Amino acid sequence: MGHKVYGSWLMVHGIVFLLALLTFVCQPTAVYAQPISSAELINNAKKYNGQVVVFEGEAIGEVMVRGDYVWANLSDGSNAIGVWMPLAMADPIKYTGNYKYRGDWVEVIGIFNRACVQHGGDLDIHAQSLEKTLPGRAVRNRINTNKITLVLILLGVLILVWILRLLQRK
Amino acid sequence: MILRPRLEDINNIGYYLGKIMIGLGLTMFVPIVVGLGFGEINPVLDFIVGIEITLIFGFILTRLCYTEKDLNWMQGMIVVSLSWLVAMVLGAIPLYLSGHWKSFLDTCFDSMSGFATTGLTLVQDLDHLSLTHNLWRHLIMFIGGQGIVIVALSFFVKGASGAFKMYVGEARDERIMPNVMHTSRFIWTVSLTYLFLGTIALGVTGIFNGMSPLTSFFHGACIFMAGFDTGGFAPQSQNLLYYHSTIYEIVTAVIMILGAINFRLHYHIWMGNRREIIKNIETVTLFVTITITFLITALGLERLGVYPQVISLFRKGFYQLVSGHTGTGFQTLYPVQFVTDWGSLSMVGIICAMALGGAVCSTTGAIKMLRIGVIFKAILQDIKIIILPERAVVVQRFHHIKNVFLQDKMVRPALIITLMYLVLYGLGSLVGMWYGHSFLYSLFESTSAAANVGLSCGITQASMPAALKITYIFQMWAGRLEFMSVFTLIGFAVAAIKGR
Repeated sequence: MGHKVYGSWLMVHGIVFLLALLTFVCQPTAVYAQPISSAELINNAKKYNGQVVVFEGEAIGEVMVRGDYVWANLSDGSNAIGVWMPLAMADPIKYTGNYKYRGDWVEVIGIFNRACVQHGGDLDIHAQSLEKTLPGRAVRNRINTNKITLVLILLGVLILVWILRLLQRK
Repeated sequence: MILRPRLEDINNIGYYLGKIMIGLGLTMFVPIVVGLGFGEINPVLDFIVGIEITLIFGFILTRLCYTEKDLNWMQGMIVVSLSWLVAMVLGAIPLYLSGHWKSFLDTCFDSMSGFATTGLTLVQDLDHLSLTHNLWRHLIMFIGGQGIVIVALSFFVKGASGAFKMYVGEARDERIMPNVMHTSRFIWTVSLTYLFLGTIALGVTGIFNGMSPLTSFFHGACIFMAGFDTGGFAPQSQNLLYYHSTIYEIVTAVIMILGAINFRLHYHIWMGNRREIIKNIETVTLFVTITITFLITALGLERLGVYPQVISLFRKGFYQLVSGHTGTGFQTLYPVQFVTDWGSLSMVGIICAMALGGAVCSTTGAIKMLRIGVIFKAILQDIKIIILPERAVVVQRFHHIKNVFLQDKMVRPALIITLMYLVLYGLGSLVGMWYGHSFLYSLFESTSAAANVGLSCGITQASMPAALKITYIFQMWAGRLEFMSVFTLIGFAVAAIKGR
């Protein structure tokens, strides 16, 4: 009797284990837990194609709304990659990088596509989640006094040359 | 016996060079006005420094070398070749002051790339570059595309004879109107009209793509200048991939093709002679070569299964091909993808397209369609001579604005220029291989530089050796001016040293 109970317990757990194993093996994509650089993704696009990857970078340019979705381009310093995500997912992005702003630094988890079928062969990431890791800010561009000095010196030289030109002409 | 240049030669060259410098300096007012509008003070200061230096040298030269004499052929050619080098250095000053380039050589590389409408770039952190500097990067493409000297021709140069010599020296061998000054003004009229229309088209497309109106129109103006002048710079580091938009790609493809058409053909289209498009040897040749090179590229992509769908293959393959063939260099893929994804056959297709180029008297570089058409007709004529009876008189005709009978004096220069381009492509490849790159990749990058295209397979980086940067600068310069004025300058330098 005891053997029978133990046997059925073993069988149930065995099936559960097998199902768990099958679920893991048959998953369409592998998951990379650590952020992967843009250079690594672009240089080894075939390897990462269709995989769930973690990518982080600064949102640059503008977040471009396309219906219920948006395009956000994230740059990790060496390259920028386009990330396609639902409109609501992009809500945390308040700043995008340009001359006057440092954009929000965000981490996305999503499916990497070497040649996206949905987007005409673009190399992109379809985000499943997004997290802001570092908020953006306005950049304070103080007036460079050295440049002002240089402008004034050169202006003096230019006026001098102009006066000499006029005097010579007379 | 080689004669040492006379003081009169140097005077004439210096005077006209000074005029062109003043003209270039005045164009820097455009980014200053835009910079003030956007409240970018430090970038505005960079351009004030740039203007001041340019005007100081321009005023000194025009005063010291003052002359009322007209230019002769040699002087005209030298003025042109020197103007491009001077423009490279002076145009680089405000860019260098931005701090976005690692060295002044890198800035000169980008400046020459801009003026020569190439599009290869060594800029760092482009996504944070000011709008003022970004506008200048694209404006120098617009100026260079029409021709630096044409700017001066239109506004400063009085003597028609000297003007024509400089016009020819800048690789424009066709006059649209009897007077060369009117020709250069017509080129500006066409370009400015298209600039207005193109900016609106791209601006509206940008808004439709989810960009803010201001950014949309700013990008529209920049992308138009880079597209119509077959340059290839873009305001963002991802180039055209930034927009993720099929419509944007279609609009820019049309702009690139418009830029690759002969200004003389534009004139005839504007005058209502639309049949010229389908009859002209250049447009026919362009259609044939685009078809052939696209087939090669598509076969390469299909064989490797690079794109899962035919539509993606067409979108990526055709766009890159048109971009290469017209000498523009807009990219919707990362440079390294040519190497990792595209494979050799597709790259060969793109290299062939880049090497051929667009029409003469357009803003493109490379061998150009008229020469390819003429060479093809000459080969056809020779085959007919062999096949037909000896008594037969073989006459070969082609249509270029009017019906023209093919003559040996047309074939010879076409073959010489073609040969020189092939040598230039090869020269850059050798230097690339010297630095350890494979033949195919070196040839790709070298052809892109010499044909003023701007597509890159990843060799062009700030970290590449200085000698390779200088080689590409030389290729961009010589390729844009189509050699003659460059050879004249070299001859002039030799005469100055060895002459009596």
